[in-house]
Amino acid sequence: MARALRGKVAVVGIGTAGTGEAPGRSAIELLAEAALAALDDAGLSLAEVDGLFTATSVHAFPTLSVGEYLGIRPRFFDGTNVGGASFEAHLLHAAIALEAGFCDVALIAYGSNQRTAGGKFVSFSEPHPWEAPYKPRVPLTAYALAASRHMHVYGTTREMLAEVAVAARAWANLNPQAFARGPLTIEDVLASRMVSDPLTVLDCCLVTDGAAACVLTRADRARDLRKPPVYFLGAAGAQWHRAISAMPDLTITAAAESGPRALAHAGVSISEVNLAMLYDAFTITTILFLEDLGFCPKGEGGRFVQGGAIAPGGKLAVNTNGGGLSCVHPGMYGMFLIVEAVTQLRGEAGERQVRPCDVALVHGNGGTLSSQVTAILGSARTL
Amino acid sequence: MTTEPSPGPEAQFRAFLAEGRLMLQRSRTTGRYVFFPRLAVPGSGERDLEWVEASGFGTVYATTVTRQRPNPDGSSADYNIALIDLDEGVRMMSRVEGLPPSEVRIGMRVKARIATIDGAAQVVFDPA
Repeated sequence: MARALRGKVAVVGIGTAGTGEAPGRSAIELLAEAALAALDDAGLSLAEVDGLFTATSVHAFPTLSVGEYLGIRPRFFDGTNVGGASFEAHLLHAAIALEAGFCDVALIAYGSNQRTAGGKFVSFSEPHPWEAPYKPRVPLTAYALAASRHMHVYGTTREMLAEVAVAARAWANLNPQAFARGPLTIEDVLASRMVSDPLTVLDCCLVTDGAAACVLTRADRARDLRKPPVYFLGAAGAQWHRAISAMPDLTITAAAESGPRALAHAGVSISEVNLAMLYDAFTITTILFLEDLGFCPKGEGGRFVQGGAIAPGGKLAVNTNGGGLSCVHPGMYGMFLIVEAVTQLRGEAGERQVRPCDVALVHGNGGTLSSQVTAILGSARTL
Repeated sequence: MTTEPSPGPEAQFRAFLAEGRLMLQRSRTTGRYVFFPRLAVPGSGERDLEWVEASGFGTVYATTVTRQRPNPDGSSADYNIALIDLDEGVRMMSRVEGLPPSEVRIGMRVKARIATIDGAAQVVFDPA
């Protein structure tokens, strides 16, 4: 399995739509706009898409709805929904399908209008029979419980959590597309409204609208297209539980499994990673994934991020778009991780460009720390 | 041959609870306890599960306070949600009552009590 798909397929187009607020537009309209933008970016036509990968928070049968809307009759389709990490799973599944010849042009797409449609996190996720009687706020309660445990076991502090939000904002301030911009201090985070101890409202991701998409082809075709190909090097997923009450250890996520497998698959070591796009639904998730993926030892994530270490100019570039905390978080955010990684690997990130940027680790999270999917992307220099 | 329809493990658990008994499944051969109730031990698949009464004692594993707007009379509507590790080695979501929600601490010893929540019998905990 090691290196089986390394460099065989590439992301050739990316697109976004409605990042932030998109009044008057439906989820599928936003999704379609992002998909068409990704195809334009690649210089490919809609008629060439024969692989469709999608999941949303409002469509029970997402490939059917999106296929119908865009008029795609895919030869291969996958509507895997594992929450926010779905799109990293789609990336792996698309790579497999392309390499095996089940499709030639794969489209991955997501869209949501949750902010303007009601302003609340939207999900048709079913209530868990063994948790619902206690009225958890899903997913917030779960991440607050994980944070409480991490603080208890490892001495992580609210200031360390706040540092994650402050770093995300500093990156957002370099990204014209980010929704939440402006100064933010650790004190601001600590003083903001507590929503579920120990997490304040500024420890939580945004509730925005937004859509994102990407297009993949096999490497031979990718080289002839409009933009520099961003190569798929490897990916892996892991899932250990559904509900937080069934998570074996709230301080260790299945990223501890998906990360090493993805890196082995890609033939890349963690020290070679120039950019880490880590799903930051809450400040605690960035800390957990820094540890579980191997950027620092278990328990040291809080201390690792201190002193601006993951902010612009720090020791590791993390969530350079501003993340789910300050850029965009339309319910499921995983597709935006891929878009930012591709933007950086192409060298198109403007003021926030990471240099050098040849290897990006993209880590998706879904549910309540439930699904973990890690993908490694690289520039042509990595082949 | 037809078999008498019998309730599944979830319905059996809830029926015990409605009678005021907190019961857990335990594998006869391995002695391993299972919660939430299932048809077989998760992962290893033993189906030799029997119902045994839980000690009711446990330890707070993780805790949070769900913050709410105050009640109309000005009193706090905040409530606790905790994960409790039962002494039998299984974990459940619940809440700790009998003290302000922010005073629930990880490591605190607690004792189960069966309470009625929204018309159904549920397990909550008090400081032990």
